[in-house]
Amino acid sequence: MQHTRNQDTLVGLFVASGIAGLFFLAMHVSNLSSFTDEDSYTITAKFENSGGLKVKSPVSAAGVKIGKVTAITFDPKTYKSVVQLSINSKYNTLPDDTTASVFTAGLLGEQYVNLEPGGSDTYLKKGGEIEITQSAIILEKAIGQFLFKSAAEEKK
Amino acid sequence: MDFIENLGSGTRAGFNKLGRGTHFLIQIFSGVISVLLRPRLLLKQMYSVGVMSFLIITISGLFVGMVLGLQGYYTLSDFGAEETLGVMVAASLVRELGPVVSALLFAGRAGSALTAEIGLMKATEQLSGMEMMAIDPVKRIVTPRFLAGLISMPLLAGLFSAVGIMGGQIVGCGLLGVDEGAYWAQMQSNIDFYDDIINGVIKSIVFGFVTSWIALFEGYDSIPTSEGVSRATTRTVVNSAFTILGLDFILTALMFGDH
Amino acid sequence: MNNRISDQDNLVSVRDLTFSRGNKKIFDDISLDFQRGKVTAIMGPSGTGKTTMLKLIGGQLFPDKGTVFVDGQNVHKLRRADLYTLRKRLGMLFQSGALLTDMSVFDNVAFPLREHTQLPESMIRTLVLMKLQAVGLRGASQLMPNELSGGMARRVALARAIALDPMMIMYDEPFTGQDPISMGVLVHLIKSLNNILGLTSIIVSHDVHDTMAIADYIYVLSGGKIVGQGSPKEIQESDSEWVQQFMTGAADGPVHFHYPAKDYIDDLMSSGKRY
Repeated sequence: MQHTRNQDTLVGLFVASGIAGLFFLAMHVSNLSSFTDEDSYTITAKFENSGGLKVKSPVSAAGVKIGKVTAITFDPKTYKSVVQLSINSKYNTLPDDTTASVFTAGLLGEQYVNLEPGGSDTYLKKGGEIEITQSAIILEKAIGQFLFKSAAEEKK
Repeated sequence: MDFIENLGSGTRAGFNKLGRGTHFLIQIFSGVISVLLRPRLLLKQMYSVGVMSFLIITISGLFVGMVLGLQGYYTLSDFGAEETLGVMVAASLVRELGPVVSALLFAGRAGSALTAEIGLMKATEQLSGMEMMAIDPVKRIVTPRFLAGLISMPLLAGLFSAVGIMGGQIVGCGLLGVDEGAYWAQMQSNIDFYDDIINGVIKSIVFGFVTSWIALFEGYDSIPTSEGVSRATTRTVVNSAFTILGLDFILTALMFGDH
Repeated sequence: MNNRISDQDNLVSVRDLTFSRGNKKIFDDISLDFQRGKVTAIMGPSGTGKTTMLKLIGGQLFPDKGTVFVDGQNVHKLRRADLYTLRKRLGMLFQSGALLTDMSVFDNVAFPLREHTQLPESMIRTLVLMKLQAVGLRGASQLMPNELSGGMARRVALARAIALDPMMIMYDEPFTGQDPISMGVLVHLIKSLNNILGLTSIIVSHDVHDTMAIADYIYVLSGGKIVGQGSPKEIQESDSEWVQQFMTGAADGPVHFHYPAKDYIDDLMSSGKRY
């Protein structure tokens, strides 16, 4: 009987360590711990062009990740890109004149939404909209503009 | 002409085996409730299937993670992107290497043992003996082993990935000087719970299912002689490996395809 | 067809049975009867399908043709659950013993009791020790099967076979490969179990001497047919050359020493090409 009890203990240890491993993956490796749907609120921002932004792209303020993109849709009336941002409820003091811009991390890195708080005393609430936005910089466009500009300067 | 004939009979034999295997699987399922009512049977098999594979899985996981840390560092540092080492190690482990390598090791360690055990029980008339005692050997012998494999596999894969990620950290942060905060932070912001972790766990459950099924069926279907059992054991390892890798491709295409 | 299921004297009756494996006919339309409370032996040279007969009676194999009645029930027409209910009343002793190698002698004998009854552990212990006492191995109850000799393993298997107090026991080659002492022990056990418990016994064997000593009725099989039957005395006095060859152990006779082959000289002289 001693033998079986030993076996039971080892099986118990095995199952516990397996579950601990999975728990570690969930809480320490994945983003499950940082954001869950319950403690976040959604706001929207309309961009002229959201560029290479994707669902789950990070939303950050002053370089710190505070939320993520949850949906990107095209508004057929205004011809703008409507981006839904899910912001962690901890950060519920964003002023309503916050500027949202689509930035690129590094030269070829992934794109993210950067929020730059303004000076207003009223805060953005759940379902609110960021009105001041700055579109993504499209590399081809920027290069085109640069070439056009230098060509024009040369003519002078 | 011979070739076509062989191809025809080979195909027929293949379908016949698949049919018998499916029938066997249904028999296994019919015993699930009676096994759950007697957890001791399951516990005993969890020991020989799970606990006995613990060491090989954790040690292999550690080394695979360390190699990933090393190789990842050399490649990423060329682009000045060492900070994303954590993402690379974790993503490769959680999505692919964890489920696949642990399933391959499981097939070699536990699967072959299951086939040999069932095959020898058949060869020594233990299975017939049970049948004559009015005890269904599939329900009494096979089902607990199947369930033990099904439960153990995701736990082992989880352990493999977890230990591997720590191994990557030991090499990356301890030896090569990647910032530890960046290692974890980058990982956390890029590894998605549903897309990566849950999909990895689903993979390992599927692999546990097919590996246990193949191992037990090969044993049960083996020719009850020394040679027959040894061939069945080889077939278990070979067929499991093929099935795991083939299914991994299909599952990966289904799970991660639309990104 | 003479359907004698009502025949109360016979616990098992096999009718017009044909069974083949591949192209080889193992049994060719044979009928046998096994009387209640008697020891009936099936004898014959190796490879005549004696073990197959036991598996057919136990419902593990299905015949091509013919029927097997056990206690008035057609074994191969029974639903699975009913077949299992019937099997609880049949014991079978395999040639190898077929003990479960991962449990002790005690647990092996307790196995059918634990699987089929809800008896408390104390009662099971009493029953197991009684059965082991009957085969003289109570002292070996804590040994593992790999620590037993072949004869002991067979006795443990016998204790397990009688654990559920069956109405019939089928012995598959019980005497093969035993030294004279354990052979004597087994002969004694089979005989006394039969007398004391009133069991019906079927023995499959090719051991002429010992089978003659305990059987009440003997069937001699060869080539898928019954070549002789009767009491041991009748068999001994049979004028069938098949039976005589088997009884005296002559190397050649109706049963040939050589496996069927093409002409010996031709084979030696041929080029050796595979065919």
